[in-house]
Amino acid sequence: MSAIVDVRDLRKYYGTGSSHTVALDGVTLVIERGEFVAVTGPSGSGKSTFMHIVGLLDEPSSGTYFFEGTDVSNLNDDERSDIRSRRLGFVFQSYNLLARTTAEENVELPMLYAGVNERDRRRIAMEKLSSVGIADVATHMPNQLSGGQQQRVAIARSLANDPALILADEPTGALDTKSSADIMQLFTQLNEEHGITILLVTHEPSVAAFAKRIIAFRDGRVVSDGAKVAGVT
Amino acid sequence: MILRLALDALMRNRVRSLLTMLGVIIGVAAVIVTVAIGAGAASSISSQINSLGSNMVIVLPGSVTQGGVRTGFGGSSTLTPGDGMAIAQLPHVAAVSPVVGTRAQAVAANNNWQTVIAGVAPTYTFIRDWPVAAGTFFSQSDTTSAAKVCVLGQTVVTNLFPDGSSPLGKTVSIHGVPFTVVGTLSARGQSGLGQDQDDTIVIPYTSVMQRITGQTTYVNMLMVSATSAGDIPSVQNAIEALLEQRHRIVPPNQDDFSVRNLADIASAAASTSSVMELLLASVAAVSLVVGGIGIMNIMLVSVTERTREIGLRRAVGARAAMILRQFLTESVVLSTLGGIFGVIAGFAGTALVSQIAKWPTMVPAQWVVIAVLFSAAVGVFFGYYPAKKASRLNPIDALRFE
Repeated sequence: MSAIVDVRDLRKYYGTGSSHTVALDGVTLVIERGEFVAVTGPSGSGKSTFMHIVGLLDEPSSGTYFFEGTDVSNLNDDERSDIRSRRLGFVFQSYNLLARTTAEENVELPMLYAGVNERDRRRIAMEKLSSVGIADVATHMPNQLSGGQQQRVAIARSLANDPALILADEPTGALDTKSSADIMQLFTQLNEEHGITILLVTHEPSVAAFAKRIIAFRDGRVVSDGAKVAGVT
Repeated sequence: MILRLALDALMRNRVRSLLTMLGVIIGVAAVIVTVAIGAGAASSISSQINSLGSNMVIVLPGSVTQGGVRTGFGGSSTLTPGDGMAIAQLPHVAAVSPVVGTRAQAVAANNNWQTVIAGVAPTYTFIRDWPVAAGTFFSQSDTTSAAKVCVLGQTVVTNLFPDGSSPLGKTVSIHGVPFTVVGTLSARGQSGLGQDQDDTIVIPYTSVMQRITGQTTYVNMLMVSATSAGDIPSVQNAIEALLEQRHRIVPPNQDDFSVRNLADIASAAASTSSVMELLLASVAAVSLVVGGIGIMNIMLVSVTERTREIGLRRAVGARAAMILRQFLTESVVLSTLGGIFGVIAGFAGTALVSQIAKWPTMVPAQWVVIAVLFSAAVGVFFGYYPAKKASRLNPIDALRFE
């Protein structure tokens, strides 16, 4: 069985000629099914660029990227959109829920683009909201929910099409300590109990500590990659 | 699915959606109201012209050329009462009346009034479908004897007999000649061209010729009534053939008369008013385009405001084309709904206009269809650029947008 993410010598430059900046400078790594990976590093280390390329929101300048065994380095915009739709889920720092739209309808959104019929959308949305523990607020609007609840809606949304990989970009960045811990508990639970593969980007060691593998970036390169070591917080 | 997305987005912003539509609503309502007024005027003009008489054919003296100068129709004297009598013998001709007109001062007791003196035959009341209100119309023997009898139009009655007394049997002196009033005509109101048809005194044409103008050979016009509307063309042709023969006209000489039916005159008037209608409609179309620009403006604002939403939609799997279609659908839905509301508002405005201003109005069905289709087209045209802009956003930049 192939790895979910397999990147080789991934490079990304911004700008052209001598003034270009290097965002990724030869990244090679593999993420297997069922892993819970945290990507850390200071700002400008390339961790966000890495996540955007893995999430097929951006293209590498060079190098290859195999997603679930398929070379996706040179797909066109529509092909990348379709993979995002069916195989990837995103969770953002600022939740990005549609305003004036109920929690349940927000969870339905990715299924709308995937062409799921209305009856199934309803049912699956309610299932996902239950699995993140907020089925009781399904009819609430985002502005009636706490930050932690909103992020749970966003997580339910990322799960909607049963993706191969969840990409979470600073998911606790806008939350207080208590809510952050709750959200990270939820990720841990989804990973351990449902076998969902998670790639988490964060600059906070305490958040990264929830993951089972921590990859540290600096200046566009991987500087450390390994299972969590006790004592590193 | 795209329609659902667009409707959801519009419903999330109901007030703004409505305000955006307002430009189109007003534009379409303006189109409907102006067209309704134009079409109403056109149909009332043609119905008034038709009310001038039943199955009427008019023979006018023709244009003549004198030293290179062409006079218009009616500019010459070529028709005689004898022509009228000959026409009356043609098949399918129900009645003929010569018409001799002049203006003259009419005096009754202490009142005087200048009015149109129409010299006609007794068949006139039948041809013009214009019954008397009181008394009788003059008779054939009055015409033969050039009798000094007259029939008054209602406007003349009110001006010469302001005390409301019955004019029947009274004497009205026209151009100094005393005439006895034998009848009054029923009120007819204004003609389609704004003339007061009731401001007239009708007397035998022979009396006008012999006692007022002294010109006893030619008449101004011949009014002919065909037996049915279907006979009008054949009657026209027969009159032309007859008069060419009587006037000894052979090609290449032009006819010295002109035969017209009221349908021609009605369609000429209708085409004048359809030019007017087109003018009004193009003014209204301009306001529709302005409404379209309003939609484009709001859609551009909306695209900027919803940049993060667009980024999110792209991230969860929307293709660029789906974003384009969603925004395009939003603007088309806005403009089409605006068009439909505009039609409703237009009907309401039309009803109001005919209620308050008492103008005849009529909303032609094809204009309703045109207005709605045009507003949909406005939505496509002015919605495309903002939609294209939305679909071209880079998802990463869009997600980062503050």
